[in-house]
Amino acid sequence: MKKFFLRPGVQWLLVLLLLASRSAGPLYAQPSSDANFLAKLGELRDASFEDKDKIVDQLVQSGHPNARAVLTGLLEDRLYSRNSDMKVFLVKSAAGENTATLDLIDPVTLKGAGPTSVDDLTKIGTNNHLRRVLQTTLARFGLSSTDPSVRLDAVRSMEKDLDEGNVKLLRDRSAVETNSRVKDEIDTGLALAALDGSDAQARLAAISTLRHSIRQDVLNKLQGLGEKSPDGTFVEGDEHVRQAAAAAVKSISRMRTFYGGLETLFFGLSLGSVLVLIAIGLAITFGVMGVINMAHGELMMLGAYTTYVVQVAMPNHTETSILAAIPAAFIVAGLMGILIERTIIRFLYGRPLETLLATFGVSLILQQLVRSIFSALNRSVITPNWMSGTLQVNDALSITYNRLYIVVFTLIVFAGLLVILRRTRVGLQIRAVSQNRAMAKAMGIRSEWVDAMTFGLGSGIAGVAGVALSQLTNVNPNLGQSYIIDSFMVVVFGGVGNLWGSMVGGMSMGVVNELLEPYAGAVLAKIFVLIALILFIQRRPRGLFPPTGRASEN
Amino acid sequence: MKLKWIQITGMLVAAGMAFSGIAHAQDTIKVGILHSLSGTMAISETTLKDTDLMMIEEQNKKGGLLGKKLEAVVVDPASDWPLFAEKAQELLEKDKVAVVFGCWTSVSRKSVLPVFEKDNGLLFYPVQYEGEESSKNVIYTGAAPNQQAIPAVQYLMKEVGVKRWVLEGTDYVYPRTTNKILEAFLLSQGVKPEDISINYTPFGYSDWQARVAAIKKFGSAGKKTAVVSTINGDANVPFYKELGNQKISAEDIPVVAFSVGEEELSGLDAKPLVGHLAAWNYFESINTPENKAFIAQWHAFIKNPKRTTNDPMEASYIGFNLWVKAVQKAGTTDPEKVIAALPGIETPNLTGTMAKVLPNHHITKPVFIGEVRADGQFDVVWKSAGAIPGEAWSRFLPADKGIVADWVTLKCGNYNTATKKCSGQNFK
Repeated sequence: MKKFFLRPGVQWLLVLLLLASRSAGPLYAQPSSDANFLAKLGELRDASFEDKDKIVDQLVQSGHPNARAVLTGLLEDRLYSRNSDMKVFLVKSAAGENTATLDLIDPVTLKGAGPTSVDDLTKIGTNNHLRRVLQTTLARFGLSSTDPSVRLDAVRSMEKDLDEGNVKLLRDRSAVETNSRVKDEIDTGLALAALDGSDAQARLAAISTLRHSIRQDVLNKLQGLGEKSPDGTFVEGDEHVRQAAAAAVKSISRMRTFYGGLETLFFGLSLGSVLVLIAIGLAITFGVMGVINMAHGELMMLGAYTTYVVQVAMPNHTETSILAAIPAAFIVAGLMGILIERTIIRFLYGRPLETLLATFGVSLILQQLVRSIFSALNRSVITPNWMSGTLQVNDALSITYNRLYIVVFTLIVFAGLLVILRRTRVGLQIRAVSQNRAMAKAMGIRSEWVDAMTFGLGSGIAGVAGVALSQLTNVNPNLGQSYIIDSFMVVVFGGVGNLWGSMVGGMSMGVVNELLEPYAGAVLAKIFVLIALILFIQRRPRGLFPPTGRASEN
Repeated sequence: MKLKWIQITGMLVAAGMAFSGIAHAQDTIKVGILHSLSGTMAISETTLKDTDLMMIEEQNKKGGLLGKKLEAVVVDPASDWPLFAEKAQELLEKDKVAVVFGCWTSVSRKSVLPVFEKDNGLLFYPVQYEGEESSKNVIYTGAAPNQQAIPAVQYLMKEVGVKRWVLEGTDYVYPRTTNKILEAFLLSQGVKPEDISINYTPFGYSDWQARVAAIKKFGSAGKKTAVVSTINGDANVPFYKELGNQKISAEDIPVVAFSVGEEELSGLDAKPLVGHLAAWNYFESINTPENKAFIAQWHAFIKNPKRTTNDPMEASYIGFNLWVKAVQKAGTTDPEKVIAALPGIETPNLTGTMAKVLPNHHITKPVFIGEVRADGQFDVVWKSAGAIPGEAWSRFLPADKGIVADWVTLKCGNYNTATKKCSGQNFK
């Protein structure tokens, strides 16, 4: 294997030769090479995972031009054996849930070989170990790709297994590499390999290269140099190298601690933004109108189910259906909110206890309604590709896209709500009615209509929060119950009737929770936050930002 | 005269009722089914109720048992642990059932245990559990820790070369006891304490970002790391999603789960999970004639060809067949005599070996380790050589040293061989 991969250039030359030989006819005993290749493939069907490992190695050594295509197929679950004649084929795309037939591709000619029923095919399976072997093997092919990101991935895979062959390949590539990121990555890999070398000067040079890296594996490797072997001698014999390594470890650790802090801060803000999102709808209905709506969680649940329904209704637009779900969830939850307000709550204004009980009843009805329609089983909402994965800021800090989008989404919703309340006519009327209902009525505002609109607005925002929650947690009839307590806590903490209070309150609760969690565990962290909140409310019953002026007298 | 008529009618009605009552009692053997059909556990337990009903229907087609038809008595304990005890009492005292198939969570089993022991009933418990128990009145057809957790960890240690361990669980009795046993086992195998990280999160936890980041950090210390997950229920979905988002692939840090099976995976997109592991005593993908027949029977019974089968279903299947054989051997459905007949009874399981009831009321089971496939099924990557006998008491816990369960010769579930005393049954 190593011999074959002496130089990528040689490898491609060989491929060209083989291709040429094929078109030229059976001059170089090509049929037997193809026959060997097919025979090896045939062995895959009944081989144990250990044997498959060896077969993969032999396939690569055979130098067959299609080895790469076949191995990629094996890695991607696209290699099948036909039951009727035990022949191995590639297929165009991996089998899905409802696939009945698969389009076969001949592994030698790479031409289509017609569709075959799934029942006549047996997939050639892989396990974790084999997939890892395949990834490193294929990475060597990828090193000469024209796409820099493929090359970068290839280098990263090869760094996990720095044997002589890989180091040689990396060194050769380093000489011709033009992309600076790939080159840096190769240099890091070569420096890591050089640390194991016998030349102390080379090791010192390697450490000075690695000093600027902030990767965990680099840190581990350097830390290892300062450790003692079981026989009492240092792993690293040279005093200077040890000192250099210790200095490098110090600076890398400092950088990593800094980025670790940033990461915790982001985790806190992202948890906080979820809290803010679930609470601002309540900040309107509870804070502005004074209605204790126990069905608030169920309105979020309706929003999450709306996301699911929209996704099912748009089967060919999985990437965008979530965007369409935002207004849909707002309308569904908002209309449901208006319905609840018109049929129940408006008869109970000024009687908080009865409102609480009545809306609790509504929440149970909504739960059972959803359970009857959708069943009690979880519904899976697909995460679109643009929302999954991580934003790799650097080697020490990565941020998951779904959390990032939710932080941004919360800010947009919050800003939108502020604009509605401050800059629109409805907002003006809402504020007027909440401050002084009698005076607002005297000014000609239809307070009943404003009540319905306000409740609808708060409920609609709960529905929008449900869209975000569908990406984070399970969509089931109990979804709302798990968030209702948190949302009340945020509103009470922030100060009833104050949107900014909910914002600051939610964010700070999120950050405090995330700071405590690594030390206290998830359960205790939550208990601490709750106790702190109770103590705080004892001192300041009106929350962080109490209402001032005439509104505070109500 | 008028009075007389009333008297006669009354006597006739009473006689008729008595007669029909006798005829009824002669015709059927009552079988209790104690699985939650509502509440949080309904998702999992309803399937087992259907499995039991299917087995009863099948047995009746074969002509019933001892010449009588079987009659299912289904009750709903509604995922409410104290209600389990009440419903069990109702089944045993009011309906006078011959046997009960039921329970899922350990807390529900602990709740019904005193009832079964007081009324001398017979319960078949079909779910993998934490061990540390052996009751005269319970047959445990699910896996004990030595039939699931320990082999899985041994596999990771020997075959995958794992050196560092994260034991991640939901905060309740099953994960805590299992992790206690696993920690003792790992330490006995020479794993350093600093290479083991144990963490618990509440039921239904969904904010996994910090935990998964911590696992990633723990796993980047240069030694091969694996996560042993006893996370139960809903919390698994956001956990695996977050693993996918933070790009922790099974090749880097494999997660082996003890509570995630085909049924759980059918509710989510399995692609980001490919390669993660589960340890069970049965997988739907295992290719044996018995399993094929069972799956076909299940699809026909439930009228839905897409429904999956899973490990607790197989345990229900085994339990039912063991009970049928024991009744046939004892010649009666009297629980006392059936319990005495059970040890030694054998029935084929669905994976090609035999399930045999042991004197400690556990059974022999093969162990399989599977890797998740993109379609939500499992590829078996390792299996034990033959069936492994279940151990009620763990040999890795110091507190269990010298304690044996034997209902044949010692007649005790918690016999201390050092002090030669039987300390009641399973209570510590």
